[in-house]
Amino acid sequence: MNEKPLLELSGLTKAYPGVVANDDVSLRIAPGEVHALLGENGAGKSTLVKMIYGLVKPDAGRMQMHGTGFAPAEPRAARAAGVGMVFQHFSLFDALTVAENIALGMEDAPKLRTLSQRIREVSDTYGLPLSPDRVVGDLSAGERQRVEIIRCLLQEPKLLIMDEPTSVLTPQEVEILFKTLRKLSAEGTAILYISHKLEEIRALCDSATILRLGKVVGHCTPSETSARDMAEMMVGTVLKTPTRAGKTPGDVVLSLTGLSAKSPSAFGMPLREISVEVRAGEVLGIGGVAGNGQDELLAALSGETLSAPGMIAFRGRDVSVLGPTPRRAMGILTAPEERLGHAAAPDMSLTENAMLTGAARENLDRGGLLDWSAARSFAERIISTFDVRTPGPGNAARSLSGGNLQKFVIGREVLQRPDLLVVNQPTWGVDASAAAAIRQALLDLAENGAAIIAISQDLDELMEISDRFAALNEGRLSPPRPAQGLTVDEIGMMMGGAHGMEVAHV
Amino acid sequence: MIRLEKRPQPSRAFSLATPLLAVLATMVFGGLMFAVLGKDPVTSIITIFWQPLFGEFAFYYRPQLLIKGAPLVLIAIGLSLGFKAGIWNIGAEGQYIMGALFGAGVGLAFYPMESFIVFPMMVLAGAFGGWLWAMIPALLKVKFGTNEILVSLMLVYVAEQFLASMSLGLMKNPEGFGFPGSRNLQQYNSAFNADLIEGSGMHWGVVAALIAVIFAYVLLTKHRLGFAIRVTGEAPRAARFSGVNPTRLVLFCLGASGLLAGLAGLFEVAGPAGQVTIDFNVGYGFTAIIVAFLGRLHPIGILLAGGLMALTYIGGDIAQSQLGLPAAAIQVFQGMLLFFLLAFDLLTNYRLRPGRTEVA
Amino acid sequence: MMDLSAINPILFVAGFLVAATPLIFAAIGELVVEKSGVLNLGVEGMMITGAICGFAVAVETGSPLLGFAAAAAGGALLSLLFAFLTQIALANQVASGLALTLFGLGLSALLGQSYVGVKPPRLGDIDFGPLADIPVIGPILFTHDIILYLGIALVAATWAVLKFTRAGLVLRAVGESHDAAHALGYHVKRIRTLAIMFGGACAGVGGAYISLIRVPQWTEGMTAGIGWIALALVVFASWKPWRLLLGAYLFGGITQLQLNLQGAGVAIPVEYLAMSPYLITIIVLVILSADKSAAPASLGRTFHASQ
Repeated sequence: MNEKPLLELSGLTKAYPGVVANDDVSLRIAPGEVHALLGENGAGKSTLVKMIYGLVKPDAGRMQMHGTGFAPAEPRAARAAGVGMVFQHFSLFDALTVAENIALGMEDAPKLRTLSQRIREVSDTYGLPLSPDRVVGDLSAGERQRVEIIRCLLQEPKLLIMDEPTSVLTPQEVEILFKTLRKLSAEGTAILYISHKLEEIRALCDSATILRLGKVVGHCTPSETSARDMAEMMVGTVLKTPTRAGKTPGDVVLSLTGLSAKSPSAFGMPLREISVEVRAGEVLGIGGVAGNGQDELLAALSGETLSAPGMIAFRGRDVSVLGPTPRRAMGILTAPEERLGHAAAPDMSLTENAMLTGAARENLDRGGLLDWSAARSFAERIISTFDVRTPGPGNAARSLSGGNLQKFVIGREVLQRPDLLVVNQPTWGVDASAAAAIRQALLDLAENGAAIIAISQDLDELMEISDRFAALNEGRLSPPRPAQGLTVDEIGMMMGGAHGMEVAHV
Repeated sequence: MIRLEKRPQPSRAFSLATPLLAVLATMVFGGLMFAVLGKDPVTSIITIFWQPLFGEFAFYYRPQLLIKGAPLVLIAIGLSLGFKAGIWNIGAEGQYIMGALFGAGVGLAFYPMESFIVFPMMVLAGAFGGWLWAMIPALLKVKFGTNEILVSLMLVYVAEQFLASMSLGLMKNPEGFGFPGSRNLQQYNSAFNADLIEGSGMHWGVVAALIAVIFAYVLLTKHRLGFAIRVTGEAPRAARFSGVNPTRLVLFCLGASGLLAGLAGLFEVAGPAGQVTIDFNVGYGFTAIIVAFLGRLHPIGILLAGGLMALTYIGGDIAQSQLGLPAAAIQVFQGMLLFFLLAFDLLTNYRLRPGRTEVA
Repeated sequence: MMDLSAINPILFVAGFLVAATPLIFAAIGELVVEKSGVLNLGVEGMMITGAICGFAVAVETGSPLLGFAAAAAGGALLSLLFAFLTQIALANQVASGLALTLFGLGLSALLGQSYVGVKPPRLGDIDFGPLADIPVIGPILFTHDIILYLGIALVAATWAVLKFTRAGLVLRAVGESHDAAHALGYHVKRIRTLAIMFGGACAGVGGAYISLIRVPQWTEGMTAGIGWIALALVVFASWKPWRLLLGAYLFGGITQLQLNLQGAGVAIPVEYLAMSPYLITIIVLVILSADKSAAPASLGRTFHASQ
């Protein structure tokens, strides 16, 4: 570390009401270094990189680039200084083309024709096939990420920030991405790599800074540190992994026969010919890259979208044309991925949100008249059983942190004693201890004879809790296989290998 | 600079205070406007807000308050159900006209038969007329996804033409010496929506408005359907997830608001107005939008807001005759009220804090 | 007795170009506003305000062109109220748009009190010399005032800016996803406020075209729903400028036709002819509402930069 640093942060502090997002954070990145920023959700990683990218102004502390002061007032200024950022969410425009999207992220974008040419050149050089004329809404998650990466590379950045880049990729696509990043690093581009996936960091990064609750709690050299040690630095306590007992699955609870459905949203993925059976006491894990039909599958199972007769049978009864309420009454419960706005109404109280799905099974709806005091005690039961941190059931859903709201949403369904529970991304954006509690609750439910379908993009999670594993790819579900003994390569192939690698070479 | 910071949850105190703040701000800026027009602002405001209630001729104006307030409350209650669910019926004026035409049509058809059955039939017909007119945007929305805002509004202009056609043609008084307008229902005992207590202004429309307030209150706080309406407005996806059928909700909300607007029209044409004329409608359907928002889409709030808005109508009339304040000034005054309400509503969900603004 | 021969086809076509112009202005302005992701239902209010501002200034100064400038300023100023409510106070766009219309109708009535019955100065037609003498085409195309041509030019310019320029790309991007645009460092609220003001100015000019040229006089509520038809027109056009022009001519044609039929004494009662433009608007909305794919994805959603 004798090399003169490219970027040096010293004493950066940023507080929001009620929370100090970054507290006296310092770190140095040398040219060509791949530096990991490691921490749990809410540890302050996003705030830190937003300050570097000019989206947020620090309250205190300073940043230096090449030894001179660096205080970007806005992303434009950061980009001009050679900082590029690949976002996890929210920075692509579905209805615009690849070239238009890229032009929007550049200061002095050339004419679209010239730009398209340069996009082709860069995509060839770095092995990131991409066709400039395609509409972004039609691309796979991996291809969308390539758009962002190429957008950054066209500006020849000196520092490339990558926010959780692999969460949307298949294992094969991760390998391709790493090759690109290593090539960039060899050319002298520094990379700030944000992740909580420890094995990736060990494989890719030269050094790591670990954040917990906004503070730097350690630095390390990932290749020389065990994943377990890094995890403990990150979480601060020793983690306990969920426990499960071996068991034999019971009767068939759910059977899907050639389930096909159009997507309700414009750029959604239709479901194609899904056939699978799930038995009592079994956890079926469904993996796959985001946008391959996960939301649509959940909607088809919850009854938000109806299917043609004969496609969905529950305990032998055809439920294809039943809406959410009758399905709930029968014991099919679901928890969608999007907590705010889908699983819960943000501005409504927890009591009202308990009523949202609990009305039928908890006997809160008596011939149309609602029993609010019973709903309140149901909400209180969820709060106490699942250790939801909130002053009380009168508080609005949006006032809860992501992890607490997720515990509430999962708890709401688990406490209604489902026969079939379908969850999508049960621990997304949830801190490690809450995630462990949620996984344990799912396993306990299966233990007691419920059938569970866990849809997730976190493969480690799926391997931990699933009995059988299947993957969604382009709206199709692979035949399920026993989870035990599956290799990463096999999983990757089930997920569809590397998407769209042939596109730009035609 | 002032920075906006989202509250963890909506502030109950501000949700109650914003309508009051809006009224105060409107008084201040309305006063300024009156001053610009060369009227004494204090006298104007007192004339509008005090005279009708406690002035010398209050005995005459107080019944008027009920007469003007009833249709506003009746329509606004209906609108508020839809607005809460994000279903925007802004064509209440048209439904009001159609209610009046259907109701009056039934009454005129029975003329001159005297029977206790005539008025109830008219009420049913009025409700049906308004409901029918609102069902057009409702059905188009659920069948074809057509925007209900534009359709319901277009139908106001269509209804106005119908009204003109009826008062010049089919419903014209055969004994009216060729003047446009129907027979006066006030002179037809079986059809007349008279004051229940002579001179009180308390006619059947007022009773209907009060029943609507109570009904809406129970619906929204205690019933599954009211909960469905609220959830749909707050988070449409969560509503679908919980099992709300959006199609049925659209039909219910538009149907109910049309029905209530139709009733308001019928009670007006059979009572205070008395006859179908070209200029029968005076914009209650639009003013009711202000009433609904001013009452924060809450039944009790709407009751109070309807009273307040009726006050500005009557006070405005007094100010017009006593001070020469133009009628349009009152319209501006009412518009201002809605503006300030929407602006102050910010405080319910956000806190203002001194500080730098982030890049926005 | 009806006499269809009383309708002169040349005057009819020239007439519907005039009838379509207020719609073109109001709708192209709203198209830009909606492209930026904002739904402003206050078009009617901004039009009527423009109508009276333009009328009053034209009468006072004697210059119709100054009148149009004032109409644009008046419309833009009123739209700033909407921008304040929706961009700064984060109020619901539907409610704010309605407020703008109710307020604009009242305000215009107040401002216009002393102008009822006044004749405005006339804006002369552009002198195209010999072109105007070409049979049929001459009287149809080359006997109009400058504002009418400006309307067509504005449609062309809007199309070109949206399609070919960076400013247009940024505007579309903001309307497509305000979060993404914000993450890239674009000033969402600033861009939207500018778009709203442009929409206000256009609506104002459209309103003044009614009070200064089409009618020409001032009466309360004289826009009679044209602002709402303009909103429908944007949907009709699937947010595409050239289709908008086509739609405006279609509506202009229908309006003109029913007026001519009224004049010709057709056996249909006047009221039913007068309601036809509104009914046809509804029918067109129904036919076209199946396709919503062209709508900007962020349309009508409130943006507030979170942490």
